[in-house]
Amino acid sequence: MPGLEYLIDALTPINLAFALLGVIAGTVIGAIPGLTATMSVAVLVPLTFAMPTSSALILMGAIYTGAIYGGAYSAILLNTPGTPSAIATTFDGYPLAKKGEGNFAITIACLASVTGGLIGAVALLTLAPPLSKVALAFGPVEYFWLAIFGLTLIAALAEGSLLKGIAGGALGLLLSCIGVAEVAGDVRLTFGFHTMLGGIQIVVALIGLYCIPVLIDLVAAPGHHLNVVTGASGYRLRDAVRYLWGDKFNAMRSSVIGTIVGILPGAGGSIASLVAYSEARRTARPGQIYGKGEPGGIVASESANNATVGGGFIPTLVLGIPGTPPDAVILGALLVQGVRTGPSLFTQQGDIVYTFIWGLILATILMLPTGLLIGRYAYRTIITLPKSLLVPTIAFMTIIGSYAISNNINDVLIMIVLGAGGWVLARFGFTPSPIVLGLILGPIAESGFVQAWTIGTATDDRMGMFFGRPISIAIILFTLFTLLSPIVLKRLKRIKEQAHVD
Amino acid sequence: MTTTRRTLLLSGAAVAFAASIGLAAQPASAEYPEKPISYIIPFGPGGESDITARLQQPFFKEKFGQDLVISYKPGAGGAVGWAELNNLKGDGYTIMGVNLPHIVLQPQQKDVGYQTDDVTMVYWFHYTPDAIVVTDDSPFKTLKDLIDFAKANPAKMIFSGSGKGTAPHLAQIRFDKLAGVKTTYVPFKGTGASVAALMGKQVTAAMAFTTVAANYEKTRLLAVAMDKRHPRFPDVPTFKEAGIDIVSGAYRGIAVPKSTPEPIRQKLAKMIGEINADPAFVKKMEDGGFAPVDYAYGPAATKFLSDFGKVVTESAKEAGMLK
Repeated sequence: MPGLEYLIDALTPINLAFALLGVIAGTVIGAIPGLTATMSVAVLVPLTFAMPTSSALILMGAIYTGAIYGGAYSAILLNTPGTPSAIATTFDGYPLAKKGEGNFAITIACLASVTGGLIGAVALLTLAPPLSKVALAFGPVEYFWLAIFGLTLIAALAEGSLLKGIAGGALGLLLSCIGVAEVAGDVRLTFGFHTMLGGIQIVVALIGLYCIPVLIDLVAAPGHHLNVVTGASGYRLRDAVRYLWGDKFNAMRSSVIGTIVGILPGAGGSIASLVAYSEARRTARPGQIYGKGEPGGIVASESANNATVGGGFIPTLVLGIPGTPPDAVILGALLVQGVRTGPSLFTQQGDIVYTFIWGLILATILMLPTGLLIGRYAYRTIITLPKSLLVPTIAFMTIIGSYAISNNINDVLIMIVLGAGGWVLARFGFTPSPIVLGLILGPIAESGFVQAWTIGTATDDRMGMFFGRPISIAIILFTLFTLLSPIVLKRLKRIKEQAHVD
Repeated sequence: MTTTRRTLLLSGAAVAFAASIGLAAQPASAEYPEKPISYIIPFGPGGESDITARLQQPFFKEKFGQDLVISYKPGAGGAVGWAELNNLKGDGYTIMGVNLPHIVLQPQQKDVGYQTDDVTMVYWFHYTPDAIVVTDDSPFKTLKDLIDFAKANPAKMIFSGSGKGTAPHLAQIRFDKLAGVKTTYVPFKGTGASVAALMGKQVTAAMAFTTVAANYEKTRLLAVAMDKRHPRFPDVPTFKEAGIDIVSGAYRGIAVPKSTPEPIRQKLAKMIGEINADPAFVKKMEDGGFAPVDYAYGPAATKFLSDFGKVVTESAKEAGMLK
């Protein structure tokens, strides 16, 4: 392994302390919807000025990876993703918790996050320079097709009616147009309200659409928030390890997806975990029922999103192009320290880079004991708190969280309006995930389309731009495959059965 | 006896009155700042405005003993923050980062909740000069190579750049006009994304900033939009040397809420100026590819803004972005 000699540097007491503190703080912050990994890293930046560069990086990397994991708690226990990366964790995490297996779900999430985090970090350690080329191979048109592929996931994610899923996705796309357009700069759909100029922040939509309906239902329905199965207490670590071992292909595949999506500067943890989830669901073994509390869904989502941490550092450190939003903040802190990122960082300042990567690996390993402990505490708190305390506490958090995202009271208003709207829509069988998916993917698809169209027009080859590039063709084919394979398989099965009968 | 007494009383009152006036007019100008100052960046963390504020942060603490606490209020390309500026407390402990050409163009393009004149500028402290960036293996060795190619292939010279109606976009419009060429401009979300498109060979060149060459390996500058060459890149010519009169870039400054008292505005301008004059700070800025400028509170800042405003407004009108 490269840079093994720097492992010792990463093991100094101060670096270990930073890794431990970072992971604990990150986990707690990530668990609160609205307090994201980006914000928690940004808050730390001034502290890092006085630190050696590698220690500063370890602290920021640890808090980042902890926050991505912490998002799973609220996803599992409250059906509200703590960070956008944890959207897919809600699909099976919350049903599992409803069934009374919240402790099991949280332990699975912890194991999967550590697995994904390690695979992403090892990719960063061993393959960073070659893998960084992936970031450059993706041009505007590839992002456009990736977003289109993402939208087809609605078919996989829509519970019940496909039509309602598509309607939800379309609503999300429409909502994503509100405010100042990302690349063209024109103002759309604000209806003259200054409140709407900033558009709808994804995290604000997450809190509104996922958390508010849960809150309303908590108040409306009698009984406990989550069931508790008697006799199945403790960490259930053995069950979780056994399950993860049985589902190792899923964990590996999801971690690889997470690493690669993390490398792409225009995509993030939310897309990584959604793609990994839909792959896990598509290849479900008999007996696995995704969407109803299948632990494999948590494995896919959580291993993918933590793998984006290591993956995202690859273009950040090799090219100076941030892979994810928190990476942009870390890059800024490095610039202030006078560290210039680029290929020579690995050869000329190997002490900084490799000490940091080993520190990130240590932090990820430390996430196992700390995550299990904090997770247990979080679970206990949620199941033992009486509703009269739980509801106001969560309500308070939703307001703090949506305000904190950009220090703007308008976001709180938007969150409440979306929440009420989401609750009404849920009555009619619309789920929040397609709406949020549309909101996340809309700007990616739009910018990619506008840019690809402009470049295609300039080179007089729009067709070639959209349909002639190898990676685009691969994404288009894969999209068609995931869309059509269930239909084709069903048809084939019927023909086979018919042949059998004849 | 009575006279003395009266005089005493009167003079006592006068002293008390003078003291109270002094306190009211200059609450802390001797002491200011006596607590941390909140520095609001109307963009998200990790962007260029954040990074430049971070560069000022340690110098501020060292010189004035107080922390500059950076927070973010992003939205609508900065407009959400600037629309809020005058509602904030004007006691000198809340300041906000300001960017050009944003505050000139946004209010002219649409109703964004503020006017350019609503922003009380204390200091314009630097700019990132516009620059044409290519990859180090690009066939374009000089600005002339690029112009020749653009003349021979109308619209096929493709620039990536950060956003529309931004410094790079206006520089591209002005470049087309003054060099007599027609190029294509593709907007990306931020400078980082526009550089990624350049490195991935999605475009032929980037209309970006001098900072790009300082921060990214494997990139070269063909020309910089400055009066004189940038000290960090002594071999790169200015546009002016090629007969193209472009001196432009993304300017950054600091504003205060309108209710901030005059003495504090002046004190603050002096403080920012002091940081700008520190050789260690200048070195850091220039190493990062920035170019310090000094347009301090008063006529200097006002004149700069109105001159600059005229040029960008004209470019934006030519591009059809303003009516």
